[in-house]
Amino acid sequence: MVIIGATSAIAQSVARRYAEQGVQLFLVARSEEKVRTVASDLLARGAKRASIYVADLRMRDVHADLVARSVADLGHIDCVLIAHGVMPDQKLLDVDVDATIDSFMTNAVSVISISHRYANVLEGQGGGSLVGLSSVAGERGRRSNYAYGSAKSAITAFYSGLRARLAPKGVHVLTVKPGPVDTPMTHGTKLPLMANVEVVAYDIERAINKRTKVLYTPGIWRLIMAIVRAIPESLFMKSKF
Amino acid sequence: MSSAAPESWGRFPRATPRSVDDVAWTSDLQLHGDQQPILAYGLGRSYGDVCLNDGGLVLAMEHCNHIHVFDREKGLIRAEAGLSIADLLKVTIPHGWFVPVTPGTKYVTIGGALANDVHGKNHHRVGTFGCHVSQFELLRSDGSRVTCSPNSNGELFNATIGGLGLTGVVTWVEIHLTRIVSRRIEEESIKVSSLRDVVRVTDESDAAWDYTVSWVDVTTRGAKLGKGLVLRGRFSTAPDATLTTRTAEPRITIPFQPPSWLLSYPTIKVFNTLWYGKQRSAIVKRTVDCESFFYPLDSIGKWNLLYGKRGMLQYQCVVPSDGGLESMQAILSELQRGRVSSFLAVVKKFGNVTSPGILSFPRPGLTLTLDMPNSGAKLFDALDRCDEIVRSVGGRVYAAKDARIKGRMFRAMYPELDRFLPFVDPAMSSSFWRRINSDQ
Repeated sequence: MVIIGATSAIAQSVARRYAEQGVQLFLVARSEEKVRTVASDLLARGAKRASIYVADLRMRDVHADLVARSVADLGHIDCVLIAHGVMPDQKLLDVDVDATIDSFMTNAVSVISISHRYANVLEGQGGGSLVGLSSVAGERGRRSNYAYGSAKSAITAFYSGLRARLAPKGVHVLTVKPGPVDTPMTHGTKLPLMANVEVVAYDIERAINKRTKVLYTPGIWRLIMAIVRAIPESLFMKSKF
Repeated sequence: MSSAAPESWGRFPRATPRSVDDVAWTSDLQLHGDQQPILAYGLGRSYGDVCLNDGGLVLAMEHCNHIHVFDREKGLIRAEAGLSIADLLKVTIPHGWFVPVTPGTKYVTIGGALANDVHGKNHHRVGTFGCHVSQFELLRSDGSRVTCSPNSNGELFNATIGGLGLTGVVTWVEIHLTRIVSRRIEEESIKVSSLRDVVRVTDESDAAWDYTVSWVDVTTRGAKLGKGLVLRGRFSTAPDATLTTRTAEPRITIPFQPPSWLLSYPTIKVFNTLWYGKQRSAIVKRTVDCESFFYPLDSIGKWNLLYGKRGMLQYQCVVPSDGGLESMQAILSELQRGRVSSFLAVVKKFGNVTSPGILSFPRPGLTLTLDMPNSGAKLFDALDRCDEIVRSVGGRVYAAKDARIKGRMFRAMYPELDRFLPFVDPAMSSSFWRRINSDQ
């Protein structure tokens, strides 16, 4: 299993579930110290092997190398979880174009670049699961979070197309749309219906096993977002959240 | 951390910290003197205010739960302080290792277990949690990270075990585990009709059983005071396949806070009668899963809410064995005079394995633990009188359970404070610590 953004809270929680089953892991993250901590933890919890790859994923030139290394390391790839991302402060981005583009590079462009490369690998294998972490925030551009939301929106659309392309080849493409999750990334933000990260990880593992196409987690968000999508733009633009 | 202010398990007293930092990585953690008072918080299972920091900075350590190393041959585990015993056991039991000492809930962090130097049903055999800690790392507000073990920074090691989080922030802990070959516990429950018999059967049992504890009805009066059940157990020594079965999560959670009368004197009396009466025969032998033996209440999430809005108090003291029976009787009569209602009381005999912890609570003797709904001033007065009884025989109360003891009284019970004080980090403090030192 390949995990991109392996030090994120959701990725760690999913990885622990797989480690307990004795899988081999290839972990990618920006901080060497943190990814080493995560790798040791997963080995202690039962992972058969945990290789690490340290990279700043905004640098597109490393993407091809990291994919090649993971293929060389694992041989056959059962599952790729792409979970890296940042939650920028929209108020700062409102007045900073470069920071906006920078966050988009991390949250959208690098995700698409890496996903695309793995899609080709899995297509060649003729199987496997490609799991991308989008968000319910990608369904509409909110005043308070539209840089993050638009990047997630790009992932959702890209994954939708990949799924259609790869389904005939036996490759499973899963778009994960978590609601707000209680993790260090969302620290300090007060959001309704904060979900426990372990619940989200449980849902993701189940969705991989059941070859689900689009996962809302917790499930209540499928209903909430159906309503949110139906709100007319003239009304939506006045909402505060 | 998005939730409301951290609570203690007794939900009394309440505290509002200035801020709560959710710590994701111990490597990023730094303490600054200008943030004081600072306190690390785990899962909030201590009862009173040792885990609270009113007006201060609370470092929520729950997410710092990485395991660094688990040596499956030697039974040695080194993990971050926020790892819970529940999470630890999930990893270690399948390889035949159990925590050497466990409190009555697995939802405590190993950092909290160290800071309160917790004990369990096997204290008479193996001492406290701190007796099995080989080393840990302590982050101090001067920026240093100190590895402490009996051989290196020994006195800081001793001060931090049972040091109530006041010597700094523990980032990781290394623990020696206990070998098991089965999840099963061979258990015997013996019905006894008085506190005297509780003590007698405990003495008989301690020689041959690793785990002993007694549940005592404290609502009966006179000669029947303290009728109860002595529970004794040991891990099955016949290897079986249970080690690799998955453990159960809480089955039900108390969804809301019921009215306070639910657990009051009359209802508790009825409960105690039923609890004692449910065992008909003098002795019941059975084999149970270790989780139901050690953690009977963990299957009910948030059971502390049953005590209602005002919360509960727990009182735990230890008195010397010599005259211990009489001291316990005196305490129980004192509480009965004040019509203080208590659910089951728990009695256990501490052994003489000494903890390295300077402020560690257990001492050889009998320990008595009572859960009481917070009924206000009358209860507080009665407990003050109990403190007097405990102190007069050279006993002490347990800080991890306390929400109300007078500072003067606590200091009298813990003359070791003089040896402890030089190791307190100037930036660290807690609601408990300020309360204990407020009447200097």
